Amino acid sequence: MLRYILRRLLIAIPTLLILIIICFLLMYAAPGGPFTSERPLPPQVLANIEAKYGLNDPLPVQMWNYVVGIVTRFDFGPSFIYKDRDVNDIIAQGFPVTLTYGTISFVIATLVGVSLGVLAAIRHNTLLDYIAVGATFSAQALPNFVMAPILVIIFTWQLGWLPGGGWNGGQWQYVVMPVIALSTSYMASIARITRSSMLETLHSNFIRTAKAKGLSTRTIIRRHAMKPAMMPVVSYLGPAFVAMITGSVVIDLYFSTGGIGQSFVNSALNRDYAVMLGVTILYGTLTIIFNLLADVAYAWLDPKIRY
Amino acid sequence: MTKMPRFVIAGLMASTMLVGPAFAAGTHPVTGDALADDQTFTYRVLDEHSSVDPQVVEDVIGSEIVRDLFEGLMNQDAEGNLIPGVATGFTTNDEKNVYTFTLRPEAKWSNGDPVTAGDFVYAWKRLVNPELASPYAWFGELMSIENAAAIIAGEKPIDELGVSAIDDHTLEVRLSASLPYFPLMTTHASTFPSPQKVIEEHGDQWTRPENIVSNGAYVLTEHVPAERSVRERNQMYWDNENTIIDKVVALVINDENAALTRYFAGELDRTEVPAGQFPKLKAEYPDEAVSFPRLCNYYYTFNLSDSGPEEFKDVNVRKALSLAVDRKIITENIKAGGEPQAYTFTPGATAGFDIPDVPMMAMSQEERDAEAKRLMAEAGYGPDNPLKFDMLYNTDEAHGKIAVALGQMWKQKLGTEVTLANMEWKTFLDTRDNQDFALARGAWCGDYNEASTFLDLLTTPSGYNDGKYSNARVDELMTEAKTADDPQPLYTEVEQIIADEVPIIPIYHYAGVYMLDSDVGNWPVNNVEQNWYSRDLYKKAE
Amino acid sequence: MVTRPGQKPETIGTIRNERIVEKLVEAEKVKGRSLWQDAAGRFTRNRAAVAALVTLLAVVIFTLLGPFIAQWSNEEIDWARMGDIAGQGGPSIETGHYFGLDEVGRDLFARTIQATQTSLIVGVIGALMAVIIGTLYGAISGFVGGWVDNLMMRTVDILIAVPYMFIIILLMVMFERSFLMLFVGIGVVSWLEMSRIVRGQTLSLKHREFIEAAQAAGVGWFTIVRRHILPNLMGVVVVYATLLVPQMILVESFISFLGLGVQEPNTSLGALISKGASTIIYGTIWQLAWPLVFFLLTIISLFFIGDGLRDALDPKER
Repeated sequence: MLRYILRRLLIAIPTLLILIIICFLLMYAAPGGPFTSERPLPPQVLANIEAKYGLNDPLPVQMWNYVVGIVTRFDFGPSFIYKDRDVNDIIAQGFPVTLTYGTISFVIATLVGVSLGVLAAIRHNTLLDYIAVGATFSAQALPNFVMAPILVIIFTWQLGWLPGGGWNGGQWQYVVMPVIALSTSYMASIARITRSSMLETLHSNFIRTAKAKGLSTRTIIRRHAMKPAMMPVVSYLGPAFVAMITGSVVIDLYFSTGGIGQSFVNSALNRDYAVMLGVTILYGTLTIIFNLLADVAYAWLDPKIRY
Repeated sequence: MTKMPRFVIAGLMASTMLVGPAFAAGTHPVTGDALADDQTFTYRVLDEHSSVDPQVVEDVIGSEIVRDLFEGLMNQDAEGNLIPGVATGFTTNDEKNVYTFTLRPEAKWSNGDPVTAGDFVYAWKRLVNPELASPYAWFGELMSIENAAAIIAGEKPIDELGVSAIDDHTLEVRLSASLPYFPLMTTHASTFPSPQKVIEEHGDQWTRPENIVSNGAYVLTEHVPAERSVRERNQMYWDNENTIIDKVVALVINDENAALTRYFAGELDRTEVPAGQFPKLKAEYPDEAVSFPRLCNYYYTFNLSDSGPEEFKDVNVRKALSLAVDRKIITENIKAGGEPQAYTFTPGATAGFDIPDVPMMAMSQEERDAEAKRLMAEAGYGPDNPLKFDMLYNTDEAHGKIAVALGQMWKQKLGTEVTLANMEWKTFLDTRDNQDFALARGAWCGDYNEASTFLDLLTTPSGYNDGKYSNARVDELMTEAKTADDPQPLYTEVEQIIADEVPIIPIYHYAGVYMLDSDVGNWPVNNVEQNWYSRDLYKKAE
Repeated sequence: MVTRPGQKPETIGTIRNERIVEKLVEAEKVKGRSLWQDAAGRFTRNRAAVAALVTLLAVVIFTLLGPFIAQWSNEEIDWARMGDIAGQGGPSIETGHYFGLDEVGRDLFARTIQATQTSLIVGVIGALMAVIIGTLYGAISGFVGGWVDNLMMRTVDILIAVPYMFIIILLMVMFERSFLMLFVGIGVVSWLEMSRIVRGQTLSLKHREFIEAAQAAGVGWFTIVRRHILPNLMGVVVVYATLLVPQMILVESFISFLGLGVQEPNTSLGALISKGASTIIYGTIWQLAWPLVFFLLTIISLFFIGDGLRDALDPKER
């Protein structure tokens, strides 16, 4: 098991290197640079700036320096646009925001989604089941950039209950709408997966046996059906967590949370290369870690898998 | 988040200490309005500002903050006139190439140190220092300070910059050319002083709230990147007792519609009105929807360089396209924010500039359309042989709407086949700068309030002349205008030439279109450059 | 879950998708060639799935016939009404704007039709790209085996950890936008998972008698893949592809929200919805409602069809 985890973590190294190479190539090929502006800089000023950031070095040298900086100093470089911050500062400021509401959304989506799915499975083919299926499909299809403005119109403008955006250090009023907008569609996915997996489990032989023995539905669900039914859900959760944090770009932009998704989009628009690279690497690492966690959890649930 | 408690306490202390004593009477000294207890001004900004370092800042959003945090030699009043800032006044020689500013002795930094001429010398040298590599170093060159260009190019040592402190309160500036409007330029953020001690102690991080020391009416107390920045009253500011607003909050809100919703919810005192919404908002909120002219133009430029399409080398084609643009539809149906229609390159709001009579203005749109059709046919284009070209603009809701409308006007009136191409800002700039386009959107805001800031763009040597229009007479007139006693007739002649040759299609001139809470007093609507200072504003009691 | 012969332990990352595969394999064992007929029977008995299929067909027919009903083209501006869209631009039979006007004064009916076409094309082509690249890649990797398999699958492991949404954003921000770029962006994302599923399936087919017989007869590996392996993969591929289409449409809508979608005057449902949603405070609700209806109908139908197909191809009927 440990060997397996180590191996998977080792894959992270070539993955991240490839990411760095892709980003550098894109940067190299992209028209415009961080210092392109409506009033073109005099060549001498531009040369001074590029020399300051080492942008006049050949591409491989830049890449090498970048990797060396990360490995030796854990330094992801300076922001080309925001002079008083480096990439580490920007991530340290924005990531906790995204992580906070991302995690809350994840927990809520999982709890509500699983409960709803189990409930729909138990009440299979009842009105409740049909409503649940219809609602989850709709929720899954509704983009969160539609939901966000509707939430703001209702809760901010009409009711005046919640602030329409911002973060304000993470006070709860500021967290509510981002969480609702982000978690709904994942909640729906989780509910769907749970429902179909639970249905399948409930029709399997060992559950029939348990029923034949006269155990109550509640006991059957809790003691026997839950664990096997959760397996597909668990393997969905890893990628879902990453997707929730990546998908938070919409939330960050609409609610102006100052989260990392906003930093990424801005850095791409501004050609703030170091920030762009830093955030991409952060997400690459997250993707690797959470895919691994999902697989490990899966193995833990399924005794038949051996490493 | 970890820093929150400190800021909150600082904010509370500041507000309890200050509001009372300064304005016990509770009315505005000039207008007599009753003042609100809470003097906080909150406004929306589109994007995170680039910096609050006066020598580094390059965007409008950042400059607005810098104008509050720092104070330069001269300021502008609500009409855009020059008024004393740190300097009480200046003298100049006959050639207008040496200026001597007298600094007020009571001016202080927020740490209590006096503001001296040395702070300006340090800041201006810093601006042109190749080591800082400021994106606004060119402003030092534009000001024509002696040796600025050579220092930027690294050819001369920094100490040879033509600025020196005669004593702590006297600053002398030597220019390489005669510049009558030099003092106007000292209202620009790049020329504001910067605190040497603090910069040397903290390096690039000196602009963070925990480090920054500033000499303006406000100090930066909180900055959450991409979310908000807060500036609060500077106790040490020399004119602190006449400052009314205690706290200014800039909230970053990317989406203008979201910002408007939040304005309605009372979270903001000021936000931009999205294109097309002004008439309805004006009807519903007559006291809050405001519109006033700005010093900016909006145009499409033909690519007249060698890489440009052959079709546009024909002046009739250019003229036909310009005539067929129904500017009324753009200004009344699409922008609808009170923007003037444009037939000249220079906005009518520019000081001293009267819009000349260009022939097109006298024609009705029907006459223009008929003339356009005639010219197009003359140039050899018709239903069998339609004119085809690409038009380039940068991604933006309003630019997209205008481009769509222009494309349709040309298609329906002239049978032209236009392909729209929108690009992200930086890609767009790069493409336009390399003359890799046929027709491209352009806009320009004046660096100073005079027609040459616009018309220089159409001269051959201009670095911003993306269409590469070149006319010897225009170059000559613009050179002549620099030293002329009354340059206005020369500008008029340039505009006439432009109207004849149509290197660009003027569309409209900007207006500032805002929702501004009726509580906010003294917004400088007459300052066409929109250089506003929070210390001039106040909040009325409801 | 049974660990199949030939399955390498490090491929457990694909397990979540392999349940379907196993069932398909089992189904083939038990029922042989009647699988497809059986599946069709099961599908037609699933009322929700059939209703969804009918809905989707209706949407497709609408996009094909709609242009003949439309009074305006998708780029024409109604100059007379563009100045007061909130007041006069609502849906109306009288004005010929059945769905109202968009924010510039263009006919939303024509634009919704065009947008639905774009979204469906993006979805289908995106899914097709995934299917073609993923199936070939997975089948070759699984069938050839050995170090080739190892190399190919490690490459997938690496690529799957790349945060693609970010790469798409970079591509769309930095380069001139076109349908091609959109397909490149979306296409590179989607084939990885598919290749893993197909490889797993191929591994289990590889040691079946008919393949071994073909090998013994000296048939080349590529021919075997083409003639024997690929046809047997159809079931899982169809199910997965159906589920991919709505995902692709959702990805495109996200890109459109960022303002990075297709060029004017073309549009997509994502672009229309995103614009409509941002302007609902101005009382132009139809600009959101109509495209959203088509968007939801399309996606939800596809979800139901995908689910229906999966159930139909799953022999353990519920």
